[in-house]
Amino acid sequence: MKVQTNSSQTMTYREALRAGIEQCLNDDERTFLMGEDVGRYGGCYGVSKGLFEHYGAERIIDTPLCESGFVGVGIGAALGGMRPIVEVMTVNFSLLAMDQIVNSAATLRHMSGGQLNVPIVIRMACGAGLQLAAQHSHSWENLYAHIPGLKVLSPATHNDARYMLLQAIQDPDPVLIFEHVMLLNNQGEVFNAPDADMEKALVRKQGTDITLITYGGSLPKVLMAASALDTLNINVEVVDLRCLRPLDNHTILASVKKTHRAIIIDEGWKTGSLAGEISAIIMEQAFWYLDAPVQRICTQEVPIPYPSHLEQAALPQVEQIIRCATTLFAGEQ
Amino acid sequence: MNDKLHLDKAHLLAQLKQMLRIRLFEEKCAELYAQEKIRGFLHLYIGEEAVAVGVMAALSPEDNIVATYREHGHALARGLSMKSVLAEMYGRTNGCSKGRGGSMHLFDKKQHFYGGNAIVGGGLPLATGLAMANKQLKKSAIAVCFFGEGAVAEGEFHEAMNLAVLWQLPILFICENNGYAMGTALALSESEINIAKKAQSYGMPAQQVDGMNVVNVEAATTKAVQHVRSYQQPYFLECQTYRFRGHSSFDGQLYRDKAEIEQWKKHGPVKQLKHWLIQNHQLSDSDFNGIESEIKQEIIEAINFAEQGQWEPVEDLCKDVYSPATPKINIKAEQGGLA
Repeated sequence: MKVQTNSSQTMTYREALRAGIEQCLNDDERTFLMGEDVGRYGGCYGVSKGLFEHYGAERIIDTPLCESGFVGVGIGAALGGMRPIVEVMTVNFSLLAMDQIVNSAATLRHMSGGQLNVPIVIRMACGAGLQLAAQHSHSWENLYAHIPGLKVLSPATHNDARYMLLQAIQDPDPVLIFEHVMLLNNQGEVFNAPDADMEKALVRKQGTDITLITYGGSLPKVLMAASALDTLNINVEVVDLRCLRPLDNHTILASVKKTHRAIIIDEGWKTGSLAGEISAIIMEQAFWYLDAPVQRICTQEVPIPYPSHLEQAALPQVEQIIRCATTLFAGEQ
Repeated sequence: MNDKLHLDKAHLLAQLKQMLRIRLFEEKCAELYAQEKIRGFLHLYIGEEAVAVGVMAALSPEDNIVATYREHGHALARGLSMKSVLAEMYGRTNGCSKGRGGSMHLFDKKQHFYGGNAIVGGGLPLATGLAMANKQLKKSAIAVCFFGEGAVAEGEFHEAMNLAVLWQLPILFICENNGYAMGTALALSESEINIAKKAQSYGMPAQQVDGMNVVNVEAATTKAVQHVRSYQQPYFLECQTYRFRGHSSFDGQLYRDKAEIEQWKKHGPVKQLKHWLIQNHQLSDSDFNGIESEIKQEIIEAINFAEQGQWEPVEDLCKDVYSPATPKINIKAEQGGLA
């Protein structure tokens, strides 16, 4: 981690996540980190490396392999006055804890008539690209974004990796954070404060001709496509959703009303995807502003395959985004 | 009736009243359900009263309770008012969960009563987490988790047992073994039907208790609570009991003999204690009638309270999904966009 003079630091996404966890642990004694191999092992993806040695076994808690059990314990501890950060190794394993997340964390406030709240943060790795095949590569943010009572965050930048956890742990309700595995090793800038409220979408690149809407691990691909499209005289605006529930409709719609075209890039499968939801929002609320049909670029409808060429063929790619955008302007060129 | 518990007449009469209160309340609920005043599912606690009443008597007001969807009895025994419980079942805003939960989701934060959980086994990790919070925050409170024997087949049961012992958490597990998971008898769903033995295999003290005898339940709980509080360790009681009614309002009870039900009714918890008190000249028929009419009056008042409760306006439909907005942390002046 090297310190820069202009009040920003360059570090990996992994280091930014770790710095966020450290601040949460330092700020509030009620906060602890719990999950499979988060302590002595240093975290499956190395995010919590070194924390066990510094904070000790009471605050960095290694759990047995029982996702429903330890996520449920985290929810109970939150009810009891703690501020737990629970790491589920990957979103794929979170399905074993889905009962606790959906039936307990998301419902307790409502079922109790507002008496209780569940200030828990559940972090999990997500996404494909490491050739981990069909049980370690999926993107199910949309399953959780479907559930009232949850908040769902997808930090795509280093600054969001650094600060979204802090915002989430201060939230009185359950927050899920999805950390895309392909971002972990990337170097990027971290500033001395968050970019925005965690529930706000941000325009990461201003443009006038078309809006590319994305989140999480797809943002770097979209920004690359945007640069390429600029050279083709298509001036792209990029919206980073950041928060998948609640969605910041205002920012999405403001951009589409300005550019009159939209493509949604989403690593989930197209059927039942977040991309479908956003497309419907645009259709319902900005239909008359559109100059072209809303497009979706999603993962192919197949469990993620192991060989690299097939895995990459399944996922949204930069070339695909460029091709899709240029097609929307084909009649005008 | 049992060892080491100092019981006087007043206490036994209070326990009898508490059990009778639950019994008469539940019988009235069945009527109100037939009248369609209460809707949804209705799981009655009739026959099992000694468990909730015996356990609650041994707890402190700050202890955390997690119960199941058959929890009217637990709520009443814990101290939730009958009015607020019935109003909840009516779905009115003066109910203990403002009408949002209904029969299966009774909550009361002030009484540390954390539901009202209707996913079988789901309450076990929650209660274990409450115990963890109590331990970390160095509170003297313990967590008490009620669940049926049906939950024992769930993975969450075993995960919670393991975590509670592994992390030495102050929690008391109360298995209410009424013999049937809905309509499936214990022997048809478990390879080992001695549930206390299963708990012991995780390394915690566990025992079977006659769950039809309120004094036995209170005695065993008192001992268990002492252990949990002083050693900060889990403890497990398997209370063997029986529900006299069906699983819920939709149960034809095709899976068990009437003779079996009659056999269990012979030593029902209310009947048993009443008989003992009368035999020992501690209770007369007129005393009993007096208790009964007090309860009936309480029930009438609860019905009036529930009937007068308001329906929540539809405009408030989406209330209490999220907490009210809280002050936000500072955001940096310049945006961190990448462009």
